[in-house]
Amino acid sequence: MEVAFYIAGTLAIIATVLMLTSLNVVHALLYLIVSLLAVAVVFYVMGAPFVAALEVIIYAGAIMVLFVFVVMMLNLGAQAASLEKSWLTPGIWIGPTVLAGLLLGEVVYVIVRGGDAHLGMGMVDPRQVGMVLFGPYVIGVELASMLLLAGLVGAYHLGFRATHKAEIRNARDTHQGWAGPRRDPVLPGTDRPARTP
Amino acid sequence: MLMSLEVMLNAAGLAFVVAGSRWQQADGQIAFLFILAMAAAEVSVGLALVLQLYHHFKSLDADLPSEMRG
Repeated sequence: MEVAFYIAGTLAIIATVLMLTSLNVVHALLYLIVSLLAVAVVFYVMGAPFVAALEVIIYAGAIMVLFVFVVMMLNLGAQAASLEKSWLTPGIWIGPTVLAGLLLGEVVYVIVRGGDAHLGMGMVDPRQVGMVLFGPYVIGVELASMLLLAGLVGAYHLGFRATHKAEIRNARDTHQGWAGPRRDPVLPGTDRPARTP
Repeated sequence: MLMSLEVMLNAAGLAFVVAGSRWQQADGQIAFLFILAMAAAEVSVGLALVLQLYHHFKSLDADLPSEMRG
């Protein structure tokens, strides 16, 4: 099982170096996703299957999708379609596809081989993690919930007016001859419109 | 910038999980869970800041907002 560990670790290092040295944002994101998947395989081989699943689901599934979404959203305008088409040419898929294919073959090998999928260090199963997480560390769970709430409110506050302005500018760009944004009545004492479109 | 931050957080989490697996304790995985929650909150706020930066400067250059000469 050491072979799987070393292959996955090497793949993670290669993908991370390629991510750091690629000049294009979308290419860097592809390599970063492959790097996270390789780190997930390392976790699984080391006997931490719960953390490996969380790495795939939350990191590679949610956070990276957020990254890709924002990167694709930043290039609004006329040339966006051709630009994104030039980002995702078929040649650019070769590097991440080869790395991800190696990872897939490794996972299939580990599953087919069966038995103890760890480096001889024993496995820390999800039951044990849950018992400790909601035992001595329950105050950490509460603090994490407050941190996530603060992140939610902060992201909403920062992202609200940005998207609002972007919508207005987009509508102005696409509808030629439109007389600009409609002025909504302003609440007395504030500079915010009374009714947001 | 933000992606390198993700790589560094992953490295720290990997160290935690390796240590927890070495001594057969669940604390390393719990530390990784906390790192995961912190990374999720940080990425949401950071990407909102990047959106504001882009709409203000029409560029993603991180050196542009240096008006305070910090």
